[in-house]
Amino acid sequence: MKLTLQQRQILWAYVFLSVALVFFVIIRWYPALLSFNIAFRDWNTFKGTGTWVGLENYAAIWHDFLKPRSDVRAAFTNTLSYVVYGVPAQMVLALAIALLLDRIRAFSTFFRVAYFAPYVTSAVAVAFVWNWLYLPQDGLLAQIFDLLHIPEQPFTKSPKQALPSITAVAVWQTLGYSVIIYLAGIKQIPFLYYEAARIDGSSGWHLFRNITLPLLNPVIVYLTVLSTISFLRLFALVQNMSPQGTGGPLKSTTTVVLEVYRKGFSSYDMGYAAALTVILFFVILLITVVQLRFLTRRFEY
Amino acid sequence: MEPNLDTTAPPVLQSNRTTASPAFDLRVQGIQGLVYILLTAGALVMVTPFLWMLITSFKPAPELVEFAWWPKSPTLANYQRVLATSNFVRWYFNSVLVALFSTTCVVLFDSLVGYTLCKFEFPGKTLIFVGILATLMVPTEMLIIPWFDMSVRFHWNEGIAQYWGIAFPGVITAAGVFLMRQFFNGVPNELLDAARIDGMSEFGIWVRIGVPLTKSAMAALAIFNFIGNWNAYLWPLIIASQREYYTLPVGLSFFRGESTTEWEKIMTASSLASIPLLCVFMVFQRNIIAGVALTGLKG
Repeated sequence: MKLTLQQRQILWAYVFLSVALVFFVIIRWYPALLSFNIAFRDWNTFKGTGTWVGLENYAAIWHDFLKPRSDVRAAFTNTLSYVVYGVPAQMVLALAIALLLDRIRAFSTFFRVAYFAPYVTSAVAVAFVWNWLYLPQDGLLAQIFDLLHIPEQPFTKSPKQALPSITAVAVWQTLGYSVIIYLAGIKQIPFLYYEAARIDGSSGWHLFRNITLPLLNPVIVYLTVLSTISFLRLFALVQNMSPQGTGGPLKSTTTVVLEVYRKGFSSYDMGYAAALTVILFFVILLITVVQLRFLTRRFEY
Repeated sequence: MEPNLDTTAPPVLQSNRTTASPAFDLRVQGIQGLVYILLTAGALVMVTPFLWMLITSFKPAPELVEFAWWPKSPTLANYQRVLATSNFVRWYFNSVLVALFSTTCVVLFDSLVGYTLCKFEFPGKTLIFVGILATLMVPTEMLIIPWFDMSVRFHWNEGIAQYWGIAFPGVITAAGVFLMRQFFNGVPNELLDAARIDGMSEFGIWVRIGVPLTKSAMAALAIFNFIGNWNAYLWPLIIASQREYYTLPVGLSFFRGESTTEWEKIMTASSLASIPLLCVFMVFQRNIIAGVALTGLKG
């Protein structure tokens, strides 16, 4: 059988795509759809089936959420707190560092490496190092506070300070990534814009406010969404920085993903855990859609 | 020094990039000093935890309660103890194996799929491309329950199959496919057609023309995937059921419960788990940081 050139191209395209098609259908699409299904069932992983219970899992989550001191309520409110504290801190700090790095030439590689190093480190190791730094009495921070005559702080040992302490570590770990992206964005702004504005008599804050900030808008939106999603998915740090890995003390640090892990893989209540992940999915989807709306809004100069 | 690649500005202005206009010069010296002070303070916050981790790992236990930057009698005993009482060597092997396997698959498949979606015309192309991109919307957390189900069914959470169990979700990545497709846009079609006329096979064209021209993108993709797989935690934690099959982060996490007061042991284990990748990062730092900027701005 003789094939035309066009038919040969189609044939080769499908040969090249075959493995990937199987992968995306079986490992990505099917499990995603199955998750929605499991969330409607009282699922038994070891049998691979479950009775259909309709919205019961969602109702149970809602019911738990309304209870004042439940795990799920804590998980959702804490996750929101992580985002509310973490994202602005990360955005502002990273932008400040990127602006500073943009002004220097000597040692710029050293600084970039220093700021980026935590990003390539395992979150478990990061959690342990900070547990040790935060430790009351013998920890490095307690010792430094002692030298400076600042009263000792309980950090992760107190329900009040634990969440901000972990947020700080999360910001510390992922800051470098945002710095590098900001820096790349800043370098793309044509220098001529600044020259022209200077000739017109603008300087300092005005240049930043009227040129840098608006032209960085797409980068800021992109990074905000990325970091919001990463704070919504916080797990490894919290698990390894709270006592027994349960999001304590007194549930003050637990997150949605940690509850998914505990409900799904400690209690094997898969339907409930799947319903939690479906809720997480819709939250992330919403944020991504909002991002696309913002990104398509162009600034004209 | 790096050449300034800001090509939109004329050369004269480029050389003035950081010193600004003459009206600014008087203030610039003072500002530069302040910039360096602030950056150094920040860098100290970033680096000190790592140094403290390393220093602690060389201290004998009694020295931990003293506030000393340098151990009085530095020792390797902590390392001997951690290596002797845990499966660290095996976890290194597991992490390297899984990360190398996933990265090799990712680089090959993402390149091939990106190439096909960029350079071929065939029915269903848009559907397939959108279908692959759409999977980016689904967070891993939503897939772990079905993946676990699937793994239990096929016994991927038992014995040697755990390697496959840990690795299978990451052998092709949608983000990598998208990245490679973007880069293949820069490869001229005429080059591929010329090879076709010369009678080269379609597979040969990808291997001998497509791949060499997109090497830098593949390198960036490889490095990120290696780091990502090396540090992957949630899924390996769920799927690896036996100590012998833990990856480094999973094995390390079990030091949490074991010995909450033996900080020298925990810091030694943390050093063992994080130092190799930090060394890899130091060696490739230029490529990694350039890659972040490149892929981040493209995405």
